[in-house]
Amino acid sequence: MTHDKLLLSAILIGSCGLAVGGVAQAQDGASTADKRVALSNNYAGNSWRQVMLQSFDETAKQAKARGIVAEADSYTTSENQATEQAAQIQNLILQGYDAIIIDAASPTALNGAVQEACDAGVTVVSFDGIVTAPCAWRIAVDFEEMGRQQVDYLASRLPDGGNLLEIRGLAGTSVDEQIHAGIEKRVEAHDDFRIAGSVHGDWAQEVAQKGVSGLLPSLPDIAGVVTQGGDGYGAAQAFEAAGRDMPIIVLGNRQDELQWWQEQYADHGYQTLSMSIAPGVASLAFWVTQQILAGKDVPKDLTVPFLKVTQETLDSVLEETPKGSVANTIYTQQDAQSVIADATTR
Amino acid sequence: MSLFSRYRVLLPIASLTLLMAVTFYVQPRTLSYFGLNLLFNLAVPIALATIAQMLIIMVNDIDLGIGAFVSLTACVTATFLEQSPLMGTVMLVALIIAYALMGAMIHALALPAIVVTLGMSFVWGGLALFLLPSPGGASPTWLREIMTVKPPLIPMALVAACLIAGVTHWLIAHSGIGTVLRGIGGNAEAVRRAGWPLIRLKALAYGLAGLFGVLAGMTLVGLTTSADANIALRYTLLSIAGVILGGGEFIGGKVSPVGAVIGALTLALAASFLSFMRLSPDWQIGAQGAILIAVLAARLLFRRRDGARR
Repeated sequence: MTHDKLLLSAILIGSCGLAVGGVAQAQDGASTADKRVALSNNYAGNSWRQVMLQSFDETAKQAKARGIVAEADSYTTSENQATEQAAQIQNLILQGYDAIIIDAASPTALNGAVQEACDAGVTVVSFDGIVTAPCAWRIAVDFEEMGRQQVDYLASRLPDGGNLLEIRGLAGTSVDEQIHAGIEKRVEAHDDFRIAGSVHGDWAQEVAQKGVSGLLPSLPDIAGVVTQGGDGYGAAQAFEAAGRDMPIIVLGNRQDELQWWQEQYADHGYQTLSMSIAPGVASLAFWVTQQILAGKDVPKDLTVPFLKVTQETLDSVLEETPKGSVANTIYTQQDAQSVIADATTR
Repeated sequence: MSLFSRYRVLLPIASLTLLMAVTFYVQPRTLSYFGLNLLFNLAVPIALATIAQMLIIMVNDIDLGIGAFVSLTACVTATFLEQSPLMGTVMLVALIIAYALMGAMIHALALPAIVVTLGMSFVWGGLALFLLPSPGGASPTWLREIMTVKPPLIPMALVAACLIAGVTHWLIAHSGIGTVLRGIGGNAEAVRRAGWPLIRLKALAYGLAGLFGVLAGMTLVGLTTSADANIALRYTLLSIAGVILGGGEFIGGKVSPVGAVIGALTLALAASFLSFMRLSPDWQIGAQGAILIAVLAARLLFRRRDGARR
């Protein structure tokens, strides 16, 4: 008897679950419970990418546990080369994934592989490092705007203008070109600013420190430093070692940068601005992909919001950012829906 | 077992066959027309770059600039060759001549090739950045069509691999000039005494390498549809590994074109296989290295046995 009762209640609970599932589906489009999603990532060698991968895995794990997707795995190429990632994407097609999310080594060099994926009926969503193939979705960062906002901030702090030092990223990448273009445009607009020197920091503190140290002796007084993220702390170290006055260094949300800022503020009221893209954008990409798989009408071009840290939010953000990491926020399904809605109405 | 040393190419074939068998087992989808093409199409430019490297290794030199050179030719293909075919062709021919001149210079001034080619890699890289400061360009339509052609029964990637292996095998192993070129690696002095102008032969070897470098860049753009300045940097080490994996040796002019192509395919397949195994990327480079060492160790083992028997 008890056995039958158990069975009955199981059926009851099961059907309840089905009913609830049905309601949820009506809201969120077709079910994606049987879909398999893969992340193709080109590089894992800095703190931003490490946190990005963690954010993706966390989101994927929860989505899997809630039965929203069947599988969500991440793959990273070992050498950060476009040809290697193209091969990886072709492998993922062969592994039968329904969707491939890409953080690309090159915006154009993967297009052949992306086209193969689209032709095979795979949904391709690119974010951060986007791909230009027309069949893919793009969750892009407005890097030019990032460059522009840095100069505008410095203009608000330095009404008399002055010499700027520009720290650039990895040569030959589109991100570096775009941030640089934004900076260049605004420097032209503000007559009082002049780029006194520029050096490639490759988005790494050690490289930036070495580069700035080498350049400093030849530079006049520097009032501000525009950066690309991951290079501000290294620049600060170089200025300190050379015994020069500390300029306003725009930071890129890295924990070491934020901590240095907090110390400097406590010491002598040093103020600056820090901004970057939250690595949690991987979770946004995941949810956007899920929405596309669910049959939602999603525009091909979406924009990622910036995560800014100001003097007011510094302490609380720093508290939540682990050592060696970068300030982060994890996006939800609702966030993805609102980003999609923004792009649709635009 | 002396079979393996008599036919240099047997061991590479055996390694590739074994790797293919386990790959088909792990991921059955690869065993199809579509699957084989996806698995091997990106190995075609690697195979061409490996042949280029082999031609240099054949004359006892080594080329540390081939990856940057292929990147540059890819950039030329995606910009000039696409917009004005004549100008693009002229530039590509000029690059081949530059390679030949580099070979002549290395010989005439008795410079170490490893240093000169490394130095030139920065020149190629700089020119590539100059042509394409940010990634872009487009593949000429005819090139894209060639690289995505769907021949009956056998996929493009395998047809191309057979073609490259066949042509270069004839060139190196059967043609008269190929034999002389291999002779430079074996005993340059003897070739010189036989009345051959060494400097021209070296220029020819480097020029041929330049030609295959250009072909690698072009096929790469045909596959990727566009280029960037860093697109093929990893080809330098891949091509050296491919030559050795294919039964070639660093000195003595002992190289095998068929083996080199198979070596390139093996390297490409090894990466895919590890990806199918879902090995963490942290381990992948190491595992790829382990596969390489395993094949080389096998070769050494067979040679030792032969030596003991004699």
